[in-house]
Amino acid sequence: MNTKVTIAGVTFANPVMTASGTFGSGMEYSDFVDLNRLGAVVTKGVANVPWPGNPTPRVAETYGGMLNAIGLQNPGIDVFIERDIPFLKQYDTKIIVNVCGKTVGDYLEVVERLGDEAVDMLEINVSCPNVKEGAIAFGQKADCLYDITSQIKRKAKQPVIMKLSPNVTDIAEMARAAEAAGADALSMINTITGMKIDIYRRKFALANRTGGLSGPAIKPIAVRMVYQASHAVQIPVIGMGGIANGEDAVEFLLAGASAVAVGAMNFVNPYATVEVIEGIENYMRRCGVENVTELIGAVEG
Amino acid sequence: MNGQKIPKKKVKAMVVSQEQIAEQIYDLWIETELARDARAGQFVALYPHDAATLLPRPISICEADGEAHRLRLVYRVAGRGTAEFSTYGAKDTLDVLGVLGNGFPVERAAGKRVFLMGGGIGIPPMLQLAKELDAEKQILLGYRNGDLFLQEDLGRYGQVHIATEDGSVGVQGNVMDIIRGSGLTADVIMACGPMPMLRAVKQYAAERGIDAYISLEERMACGVGACLGCVCATRDVDSHSHVNNARICTDGPVFEAKEVNI
Repeated sequence: MNTKVTIAGVTFANPVMTASGTFGSGMEYSDFVDLNRLGAVVTKGVANVPWPGNPTPRVAETYGGMLNAIGLQNPGIDVFIERDIPFLKQYDTKIIVNVCGKTVGDYLEVVERLGDEAVDMLEINVSCPNVKEGAIAFGQKADCLYDITSQIKRKAKQPVIMKLSPNVTDIAEMARAAEAAGADALSMINTITGMKIDIYRRKFALANRTGGLSGPAIKPIAVRMVYQASHAVQIPVIGMGGIANGEDAVEFLLAGASAVAVGAMNFVNPYATVEVIEGIENYMRRCGVENVTELIGAVEG
Repeated sequence: MNGQKIPKKKVKAMVVSQEQIAEQIYDLWIETELARDARAGQFVALYPHDAATLLPRPISICEADGEAHRLRLVYRVAGRGTAEFSTYGAKDTLDVLGVLGNGFPVERAAGKRVFLMGGGIGIPPMLQLAKELDAEKQILLGYRNGDLFLQEDLGRYGQVHIATEDGSVGVQGNVMDIIRGSGLTADVIMACGPMPMLRAVKQYAAERGIDAYISLEERMACGVGACLGCVCATRDVDSHSHVNNARICTDGPVFEAKEVNI
């Protein structure tokens, strides 16, 4: 049985990654999970300077899901290079650094700083719904996405994954814009903008009023978008959105994802990533699948 | 604050017993290995069985019996998850994440005169604290009304003073009103309760130059320091993000009052 997948020349031991923002840089989950087991650790977004994030409350539970408006609190690239990359380098897993910014220049600064670091890929966050400037603004208009992607591609030394927002009318159009600008891969979906109101206090559940919805509640939307995007482009798509177990992961692979990421479910089950890997392996055994790559886009009909 | 690093785990626990002890307040004993390492001011997070309620519910440790592997959790029914917990009976099982958070620095109060101040659902952690503290304890408890809980358990460890908002038992008002009227003094304060109470404690401690340790609460998702949901503004740069936003679940929930901007 072979679970290896290759994306933009980088080969992963298995197709299971962590979704950015749900796993820190791995430290907090190393009590629960042997990080060597993971296909890749995708880090929490890092900017050129520290970001304090949004006021609290930053999280709220919803039916089968959760809203967050963390606002990309992060220590900035200096601390990240000094602390988080050396930590991750101890493990036999691929390192994908999620990059965020308020301006194109912010992104480029981080991308350049990471150029000589032991980082396997970059994931560019142009889809966070919780910060006022930058982020999602670059990911909701095809021409803006094209522009930032091509500028990043000119500077980046590692392959570039553009993380797309589901908060768009036509995901295929966005996928094609990123591909045309030279993106090496796409990842989707980031969270879906949502809102929750406490009816007794008549207040918003989140200080930011709106937040990003994640968890099993959004999985069918994510599967649909992965299907649409992967059929619109030639570059690989990394799928995520409510993946809780191996069956969920296989569904994304069949829809067209070349790899998957586990996000909010890390909070629900800190062992989720490894259980997803084992679940994929069980499915492969049960269904006589020799290579996991046979599953990619193999939905029939 | 403890300095020791005990790996966190998610484990199956079994309900030993549960009873309602006040309006919306439940007294739950569970059997779990986590009890061995649990200390005053730490918490565990309980997972509801209902798959629609994803996130574990953080609940403070009221008592830990390390030898019998039992934890006592006294909680208020506040929503869907805690409503489910309140239906559990003996032999029911549930998943528990723990042990979480830093706990009260009991060693810093050893041999001193200490106020243990609990307000509402901030009272339960005062019981394990009272058991662990080797100090002269004055226990100050604030309730909404005469529907008291845990005051007898706490009475075994020190003198209990009660305030109620409606004045039906003890002093009318909150725990700060107990101090004002009584002439009680302390060298150290350890407190848990609603934010207005903790702000008053912080101010009182600052005015008198005494050490105060307060246990904070915030909506949290992961409970282990990864999601950055439950932060609190801090005086100093925090260890994780270097932006003066400490994580209540891992850097806390107990902070020195002067460290936090509440």
